[in-house]
Amino acid sequence: MAIKSKAKVKGDMVEVKVLMKHVMETGLRKDKKTGEPIPAHHISEVVCSHNGAEIFRCNMGPAISKNPYLSFSVAGPIAGDTLQLTSLDNQGNTDSGETVIK
Amino acid sequence: MTEMKNTFSRRTFNKTVAVVGAGAALGVTPIVSQAAWPEAAFDAETIEGVLQSLYGVAEAIPSDAINVKGPDIAENGAVVPVSIKADIPNADSVALLVAKNPAPLASSFDLANPGMVSVGTRIKMGETSELIALVRAEGKVYTATSKEVKVTIGGCGG
Amino acid sequence: MSNHFTRRSLLKLIGFAATGSLVPASLKSFVEQASAADGDALYDLPLQGNCRVMHTTDIHAQLRPVFYREPNVNLGVGEAEGKLPHLVGRSLLEKTQIPVDSPESYAFTNLDFEANAKRYGRTGGLANLKTLMDQLRAQAGGIENTLTMDGGDLWQGSATALWTRGVDMVDASNILGVQLMTGHWEFTYHQEELLKNLSRFKGEFLSQNVRVKEDSLFEDAYFELVEAYGGLGLYDEDIGYAFKPFTTKVIGGRKLAVIGQAFPRTANANPQGFIPDWSFGIREEEMIELIEQIRQDESPDAIILLSHNGMDVDLKLASRVDGIDAIFGGHTHDGIPVPVEVKTPNGGTCLVTNAGTNGKFVGVMDMDIGEGGVRGMQYHLLPIFDDLLEADSEMDAFINNIRQTIYEDSVVESRAENHRVSAIRMGKTYGEILDEKLARSDRTLFRRGNFMGTWDQLICDALKHEYQAQVTLSPGFRWGTSVLKGEWITMEDVMTQTACTYGETYVQDMTGEALMTILESVADNLFDPDPYFQSGGDMVRVGGMDYTIDPSKPLLSRITDAKLDSGEVIDPAKTYRVAGWAVVGDAPDGRLIWDIARDYLLDQRDGEDVIRIQKMNHPTLVGVKTNPGVADYEGKLI
Repeated sequence: MAIKSKAKVKGDMVEVKVLMKHVMETGLRKDKKTGEPIPAHHISEVVCSHNGAEIFRCNMGPAISKNPYLSFSVAGPIAGDTLQLTSLDNQGNTDSGETVIK
Repeated sequence: MTEMKNTFSRRTFNKTVAVVGAGAALGVTPIVSQAAWPEAAFDAETIEGVLQSLYGVAEAIPSDAINVKGPDIAENGAVVPVSIKADIPNADSVALLVAKNPAPLASSFDLANPGMVSVGTRIKMGETSELIALVRAEGKVYTATSKEVKVTIGGCGG
Repeated sequence: MSNHFTRRSLLKLIGFAATGSLVPASLKSFVEQASAADGDALYDLPLQGNCRVMHTTDIHAQLRPVFYREPNVNLGVGEAEGKLPHLVGRSLLEKTQIPVDSPESYAFTNLDFEANAKRYGRTGGLANLKTLMDQLRAQAGGIENTLTMDGGDLWQGSATALWTRGVDMVDASNILGVQLMTGHWEFTYHQEELLKNLSRFKGEFLSQNVRVKEDSLFEDAYFELVEAYGGLGLYDEDIGYAFKPFTTKVIGGRKLAVIGQAFPRTANANPQGFIPDWSFGIREEEMIELIEQIRQDESPDAIILLSHNGMDVDLKLASRVDGIDAIFGGHTHDGIPVPVEVKTPNGGTCLVTNAGTNGKFVGVMDMDIGEGGVRGMQYHLLPIFDDLLEADSEMDAFINNIRQTIYEDSVVESRAENHRVSAIRMGKTYGEILDEKLARSDRTLFRRGNFMGTWDQLICDALKHEYQAQVTLSPGFRWGTSVLKGEWITMEDVMTQTACTYGETYVQDMTGEALMTILESVADNLFDPDPYFQSGGDMVRVGGMDYTIDPSKPLLSRITDAKLDSGEVIDPAKTYRVAGWAVVGDAPDGRLIWDIARDYLLDQRDGEDVIRIQKMNHPTLVGVKTNPGVADYEGKLI
């Protein structure tokens, strides 16, 4: 559960903030010692689910900063509900986390 | 006494390794995505290319209902906070583009339930550029452009 | 809002000077003459209206009176050309109706600086300022009718501020009675030191534009830091305010709301390592929303902004944001004797002021505030003439006490561990260290101005000597005082030019292309025609090299004809040995700039103890011959 998240009711929407740990390597840099290119390694997809249904998705490219941060508002869930966050990167690694809406 | 900050200026040609269901080992449901990562849109080198491959349209309609913004001056070109807000009924997808990045698309967002659009993230910028937001609603794509976000040298303040 | 009485009412003293044919031998004797007829003319300022706001800014830790020469180059570009604050010398006097050769012309311009400095003496000094503030409070009928604010850059700029990590200035501001402040260089101590200092400060620190970074709000460490300082550092987690954005005060029976605006470019202009959890920016939209919220929730009778934006940014902001009655600005060190009236989007008026630097002035805005609105305002920017004010005994004793402090092993004067504390200073009192005489000046030494100053040249010369460098770079900081020709340069003077928490130096090989890119980028930060895209101080000072600059050109095309002192043209492909200081990235390991400058002055002074500048590297300026922001330029204008 490395994805950190928090969610709060704001008006008729729920504001969600998510912080992930990831190198977000662009694929353009070279290793300083070997001169070899460092392969691209970045989160590609982040999904927020509520009661098993996907309610928000973000597709990410390598231009997203290291340790990606996301904020978004969703309609539907209410205070006390749990939101699930999952991520997938371009090398097939996944991560997840969850938060209870305040 | 000064130093150039950050150097992300060229596009990446990364290929997504599609490992569908790799997360199943964690027992987390639902697992990310049957929907494919829009590789062609992230590889597109022009705004038009992104529009076409992401939304299948040739052009977007300028809209005052979209507010896309970043800082006037980036504090760190490798970490530039940006946000998009839009008051467009039934919006179901949003995209964030950096006009001068060689591959402009930074991220896209899909919304399952209609409501006020509000998304934010942090991006890498190699040079001073405008940000572009695309918002799709009821099959139409709307757009707005931010003020320039200046990426510059640090130091020498007084 | 109606009936702004915005024009400076001429000081009685100045009126006398303008009409009298007699030019006084000294201000003191002159005022004694004036006093005979008028009483204490210069500082006799009965309250107009019901609320007196006193504003200081950019004092840069100058506890004691100083000589400070105003700039003769302060170019406005784009729409700012030819307008306040970008007027110098006679152009400034004409615009503000100040007589030539008056005490005020000495205070506000560089004209006849040496002669006037001798005639009118030093300016500033917090003991004098305290006396005057007390007098101004009494004239207003007591502190219930006054508000005392400082716009920041208060805690940095002297050796004692550096060695006490700003604490001496916090204590001094408590003695002065500062109620509200915002900041810039305050953020060049570590953020934990800043919070510690703020817990010592008796007033409130305000800023709507300092926000805790989103990722920091996910970390326990930040909340623990905040908890350790009683909640300071996180005013509103939801919005991300690190500090209180505004406050309200009842002054003269009316409710005044004050918004704080820290320097928006703090994280660009200084090492981010000191303040890893905070982000800045102008945040104009957020300011507009905040003002709406204040009006709804607080129903104030007036709203003012305590700003460290810099005057050009303040002028633009005032034209785009409704609801602010007056802006009390700093950062750009513009001592502007009259407020600039700016039309707001809804047709209202906002008065924009800037109160200079080094403790030389106090801005006094008398406001006549009615229920729900301001009826009128009157502004004076009062110079603090040392000869005319008695030193306040409490402040005087405090300052003397600071100078008796022993320099101990606990001092931190550098980020670099090997330069954290100095062996040669150990065990001496601050006063002993700072009173050391190093050399006599061969000309008046100063920094302020868009380009190379004489003080900067000395610093560049010292770096060049230390590192056998071809080119030297010294930051275009706006702080630093002046030393008169022929006077001793003391260690205190050196520290006044250099004291900061990132004073380490470097030497490195740099291509001509890299060097020119740095110069172009810094020039763009200074001369971008849009003030919101400007980001810092004056132009970086370049020693060992001359160049030509056209400020009106766009990025990467302003600078031409760069060549070394030898005449060799800078080749983009060639490599040069470049030395400099004040790096905003990781600390380099070279000696501290003040030690290099000290040794240079001691070693290189001549048989008469004079340190001589061999060559001034004034850049050649293009297209500004008729610009009233330059006068008596020492270099070439083409």
